[in-house]
Amino acid sequence: MRYSGFRVIAEALIGHRGWKPIWRDPTPQAEYDYIIIGGGGHGLATAYYLAKEFRQARIAVLEKGYLGGGNVGRNTTIIRSNYLLDGNEPFYEFSLKLWEGLEQDFNYNAMVSQRGIINLIHTDAQRDAFTRRGNAMVLNGADAEMLSRDQVRAMYPFLNFDNARFPIKGAIMQRRGGTVRHDAVAWGYARGADSRGVDLIQNCEVMGMRIENGRIRGVETSRGFIGAKKVGVAVAGSSSRVMGMAGMRLPIESHVLQAFVSEGLKPLIDGVMTFGAGHFYVSQSDKGGLVFGGDIDGYNSYAQRGNLPVIEDVAEGGMALMPMLGRARLLRTWGGIMDMSMDGSPIIDRTGIEGLYFNGGWCYGGFKATPASGWCFAHLLATDTPHATATAYRFDRFLKGLMIDEKGQGATPNLH
Amino acid sequence: MSTRLSRGGRLIDRSATCRFTFNGRSMTGHPGDTLASALLANDQLLVGRSFKYHRARGLVASGAEEPNGLVNMGSGGRFEPNQRVTTTELFEGLEAASQNHWPSLEFDVGVVNNAVARFLPAGFYYKTFMFPRPFWKHVFEPVIRQSAGLGKAPKDRDADRYEHAYAFCDLLVAGGGVAGLQAALIAGRAGARVILLEQAAHWGGRAPVDGDVIDGKPAGQWVDEALQALAKMENVTTRARCMVAGVYDHGYVLAEEKIADHTPGDGRPKKRLWRIRAGRILAATGALERPLSFAGNDVPGVMLAGAMRDYVVNHAISPGDRTVVVTNNDDAYRTAIALKEAGLEIACVIDARAIVSGALPAKARAMGIRVEAGRAVVKVKGGKRVTGVAMGLQAGEGAVLEEIACDAVAMSGGWSPVVHLWSHCGGKLIWDEAQAHFRPDATRPPTNQDGAPMVHAAGAANGALRGDAALADGARVGLEAAQALGLTPTAASPTAEVPEEAAMEAVWIMPQGAGPQLRMKMWLDFQNDVKVSDVQLAAREGYESVEHTKRYTTLGMATDQGKLSNINGLAVLAKSLNAGIPQVGTTTFRPPYTPVTFGALAGESRGEIFQPLRRTPMHGWHEAQGAYMEPVGLWRRPYCYPRGNESHEAAVRREVLNTRNGVGLLDASTLGKIIVKGPDAGRFLDMLYTNVMSSLPVGKCRYGLMCNEQGFLSDDGVVARIDEDTWLCHTTSGGADRIHAWMEDWLQCEWWDWQVYTANVTEQYAQVAVVGPKARLVLEKLGGMDVSKETLPFMQWADGTLGGFPVRIYRISFSGELSYEIAVPASHGAAFWEACVAAGAEFGAMPYGTEALHVLRAEKGFIMIGDETDGTVIPQDLNLGWAISKKKADYLGKRGQERTYLASPDRWKLAGFETLDGSVIPDGAYILAPGFNANAQRNTQGRVTSTYFSPTLGRGICMGLIRGGLDRIGEEVEFNTTSGGTVKARVVDPVFYDKDGEKQNV
Ligand SMILES: Cc1cc2nc3c(=O)[nH]c(=O)nc-3n(C[C@H](O)[C@H](O)[C@H](O)COP(=O)(O)OP(=O)(O)OC[C@H]3O[C@@H](n4cnc5c(N)ncnc54)[C@H](O)[C@@H]3O)c2cc1C
Repeated sequence: MRYSGFRVIAEALIGHRGWKPIWRDPTPQAEYDYIIIGGGGHGLATAYYLAKEFRQARIAVLEKGYLGGGNVGRNTTIIRSNYLLDGNEPFYEFSLKLWEGLEQDFNYNAMVSQRGIINLIHTDAQRDAFTRRGNAMVLNGADAEMLSRDQVRAMYPFLNFDNARFPIKGAIMQRRGGTVRHDAVAWGYARGADSRGVDLIQNCEVMGMRIENGRIRGVETSRGFIGAKKVGVAVAGSSSRVMGMAGMRLPIESHVLQAFVSEGLKPLIDGVMTFGAGHFYVSQSDKGGLVFGGDIDGYNSYAQRGNLPVIEDVAEGGMALMPMLGRARLLRTWGGIMDMSMDGSPIIDRTGIEGLYFNGGWCYGGFKATPASGWCFAHLLATDTPHATATAYRFDRFLKGLMIDEKGQGATPNLH
Repeated sequence: MSTRLSRGGRLIDRSATCRFTFNGRSMTGHPGDTLASALLANDQLLVGRSFKYHRARGLVASGAEEPNGLVNMGSGGRFEPNQRVTTTELFEGLEAASQNHWPSLEFDVGVVNNAVARFLPAGFYYKTFMFPRPFWKHVFEPVIRQSAGLGKAPKDRDADRYEHAYAFCDLLVAGGGVAGLQAALIAGRAGARVILLEQAAHWGGRAPVDGDVIDGKPAGQWVDEALQALAKMENVTTRARCMVAGVYDHGYVLAEEKIADHTPGDGRPKKRLWRIRAGRILAATGALERPLSFAGNDVPGVMLAGAMRDYVVNHAISPGDRTVVVTNNDDAYRTAIALKEAGLEIACVIDARAIVSGALPAKARAMGIRVEAGRAVVKVKGGKRVTGVAMGLQAGEGAVLEEIACDAVAMSGGWSPVVHLWSHCGGKLIWDEAQAHFRPDATRPPTNQDGAPMVHAAGAANGALRGDAALADGARVGLEAAQALGLTPTAASPTAEVPEEAAMEAVWIMPQGAGPQLRMKMWLDFQNDVKVSDVQLAAREGYESVEHTKRYTTLGMATDQGKLSNINGLAVLAKSLNAGIPQVGTTTFRPPYTPVTFGALAGESRGEIFQPLRRTPMHGWHEAQGAYMEPVGLWRRPYCYPRGNESHEAAVRREVLNTRNGVGLLDASTLGKIIVKGPDAGRFLDMLYTNVMSSLPVGKCRYGLMCNEQGFLSDDGVVARIDEDTWLCHTTSGGADRIHAWMEDWLQCEWWDWQVYTANVTEQYAQVAVVGPKARLVLEKLGGMDVSKETLPFMQWADGTLGGFPVRIYRISFSGELSYEIAVPASHGAAFWEACVAAGAEFGAMPYGTEALHVLRAEKGFIMIGDETDGTVIPQDLNLGWAISKKKADYLGKRGQERTYLASPDRWKLAGFETLDGSVIPDGAYILAPGFNANAQRNTQGRVTSTYFSPTLGRGICMGLIRGGLDRIGEEVEFNTTSGGTVKARVVDPVFYDKDGEKQNV
């Protein structure tokens, strides 16, 4: 069923009785060619592109809860391609380009909104570092612009420019950055995959893997054994647990990241803004809530809830940057489990087990990667070769010293 | 019309009045009023507009659950959006204005959305606005964003202050109703340290309003006595106006206390944020009444029955002259009785239950109130105000039996326990069929670090709704909690006299068989405009999980977070899916219980004290000299010292030249200083640094590098051997804390059996660098030590007295000049600095700042952590192989550096660059390589790491990394510029000045 404005009007006239379920609720088949574990953004995008771009069939996505209930439905929805290093930037730029045509591609309005992202500059050293980043972006085909203090002031006059602890000296801006309605991404991919014959199986938790002679045969689930020729794992915060079922230990730790939303306010902040001096980033949703976040909580956890110190830290950052915010209210806080890798960059790779593929280590930045991650993972699953923009995302990079460490923090996942 | 009754009102003080304004109209109320009750007293029923359809909105509730009564309050630095009128205490001079309408509350053009509501069902925007693509960005989204939000964003800096407080207790009781009071009494008497918090300004919760009798006394009196008893116990603290916002792991509780909220500008903090560690938490947070879903249940004048009772009893408000009560339970009859007793007319009680038998209905009937059983409200009539209701059969489809004129409707769909605090850390719920609500499942509580239950629920919050049951439950759970704390409490058994109630009957849609036309007018979420038809549409479209429905329809996402709408919504969903309510389940309860302001959360950490400011002992001197300061981590350091109208650039040039040719003074106090001591200290430092430190003779200094385990360079600095088992490690200014933590990490986690002690003494010493050819003259002038080349050669240190100050002098140099870094105890720092300035005067000594420091070191080709390094650079890349011991079996980073890619000859390595025309290469530039990449951009082969104008050489100098490094010397390369052009430069030796290092050695 195709969606359009006309369709909405036509349905309104018959009391919206004609809408069909957005996806089927299939019972699992005995065997598939491809099983994707994890019905988050990446898993669903992988299935979608496998079916659509790589013309594969007999595909299932297994989701332990409901589709889109993991990080894809919890994140702060920022998309951007302002990366520094060669291993990353072409991939994220590929992703941004896919975002730019996504809604027309899957016929679902995910509200891809390129209202621009700025990272504030507080010191000369930061300006130098951001200039370098801007150059790296431009050289990889992305857009970047350095803004002066006055240009930032013209955009956001209410920021604390003058009596701040860390005065604002300018910003780097990526105009094509912005936000996307997160749930709609999951639902759009799910609908697109379903309509191309992919079985989306909810409430189906993978609890074990059947591996014989170094080859994957299928997965044990809460709904019984399901056979598969190839299994792709895209479970984000649960990566270590699921790959543990295949006997693998990953260069990944699980950490909580919280996000926050304020009560709805009339338009205040048009784009996305990050404040490095206090680790605070913010945008305003189409409904008026300020959506914001900061650092990860810093301790290993699988509980999808955070703790107080980071909430205060983030509120302090917000107040330092926007002193008038004192009387706006925090409405809701929540947490998601981050698959923090040892260098802060992801992995899309084969494993030592034939037919078992892994996609993870997205840290707190995998939402923006969703289209490219799905595409590249589908490429790997279908062709057994990495996509051109994802050649660096290999397991053996730690062995070879080819880490992609944007922050230069070393093997300290909680600092990436 | 709503008005103030001439008698009654247990909370208001009629002897005084408060003047306030609403939308510019002046009104009056009494102390003890909430803004909500005061508005009602002034017949201001219309308080706002809904979010999506801009429908007229009146008050529905009397507490934290209110979804409609949100106003912009105050002005300037005290302007506050979305202020909930039901929890705002009235004060003299309060200014309020309604939100989300244009041009006015009464006439809002946004209401066109209402007229076309059927074209805008749940989630319509996911299906539209896609074509043509540019329209989303340029047309649709700007329009949508313009209409976003409710309250205006504050514009001015918050004029108030906020404070943070911490507390510890054995038992934290949340909720000062009878259950909470009773539990606190029991635990308090048993000796537990108890903190009892109540969000409202008054105590007792529902019991005093409902007219309960406890131990033979009116509930209000029992509450007062309980409070007096608690006040006498030293181990018990009680606080009103203090909302428990969240429960976190390990018994951590967040609470927000209103202090000057209702007395703005009186000098006290507006709010106090409490962080409390509690042994156990007892949630006695009461219950919230549910609306009923009938058509027009959102028309102003339709109110929750319990709320209407609050207004009548507490504030002597008449909600209307003639009220219809609609219910599925006995409790709502209390409202009918209270209104009748206040002299108001009850047009009818419409009871959905076929049989109405309880004591309360009997009493109502006896008072002459008309009761209709098995009936439903088919539809409420009226637009901005109720004018009547159409009554039909609850079992029917909506045929109207009778129209009843009225100007107010009280509704009750039953009560749901406030389970938020129970649920924040994972407490599970159980569906109570009889009361049609979720309540805490005592067998699956949230647990603390020991696996023991962390939260106990009591009273209405535990499903014990009636006054007597709540009281008994409070006593039982209070006893249980005190016992769990290891105390031996005494049981209490107060008795309450409360009328018997007959069973309620779940009613999720009224009337049961209502068709689409009616369901489109049944509101679930009043603020976000989510109706029964929207939830049914979501179910039809396959958004079957309760989370999907919530997200698709926005049910429960408004400022009340679904306090009124959640249960009704998921019951409708369950019915649409033909599933049981417990199978559908609830969405997650997340903190905060009610919204908390940013101001309260941030406390004092804002503006200039957002983060601590570290100052060296000489900071005041720098500021007095007009130094231009820049943030360096938490420090603030002089960037340069401009004289008169001198530009920063000119000042830096002057400072560099003066240092090269005469003598300069640098405040180097921020330099990290870590003492490493103990029998295993040498061995430890040999692991930490890439070179050998254990062999350093006492009295000498050595430059060292530190890498992380991956092999990447993380810090550098000069190490001095102080005595046989003591070393002093200098780190970078920004690195001191990080490196100290790094040392402790290894000592505590890996080499815990090594006898090494570390102390970060950065702030114990002030350090002055006296730099330049005339440096020695300055020290000799200060006098007291032999600082000749022979006695104190390069890379040695000595203790002594200089100019009367106790000093330690290190002969080290970060500029390539003759240089002494002199440490004095911090308390002498300012005086010693001034002594240096005075002694240097005749030699032309001038202070220099961080920028000159950078230029001086770059001229010498010295690397700077953070410029030449970014966490991806190894020492070998920087031609620092000489500082890496080949003999040592191991050091941190050694194995990392042996990995293939780190050992590859293809790595970008340090070299110097000079433009052909002497100009300065731009910061952040890349070195272009032949050919184009996949994005049709030039390939790269290196990048700038440091680039400056060198006053000494009169031209631009640059350090950078390039594939091949020093092997490329002599080649010509191109750098990109941000404007799209290129700059040509030649690869040169990165040591631009005094290549043989003669000047530092004199
Ligand atoms: C608070 C927060 C803010 C963020 N902000 C941003 C941002 O602004 N920009 C950005 O780019 N990124 C952001 N992220 C990161 C981003 O959300 C994630 O990196 C990304 O969503 C992860 O990929 P995913 O969507 O596939 O993960 P998920 O949505 O988590 O999908 C994984 C799925 O696997 C399922 N699963 C797990 N175990 C099993 C099993 N055994 N069997 C079956 N199914 C299983 C889970 O239930 C889940 O649905 C943020 C994350 C959080 C939590």
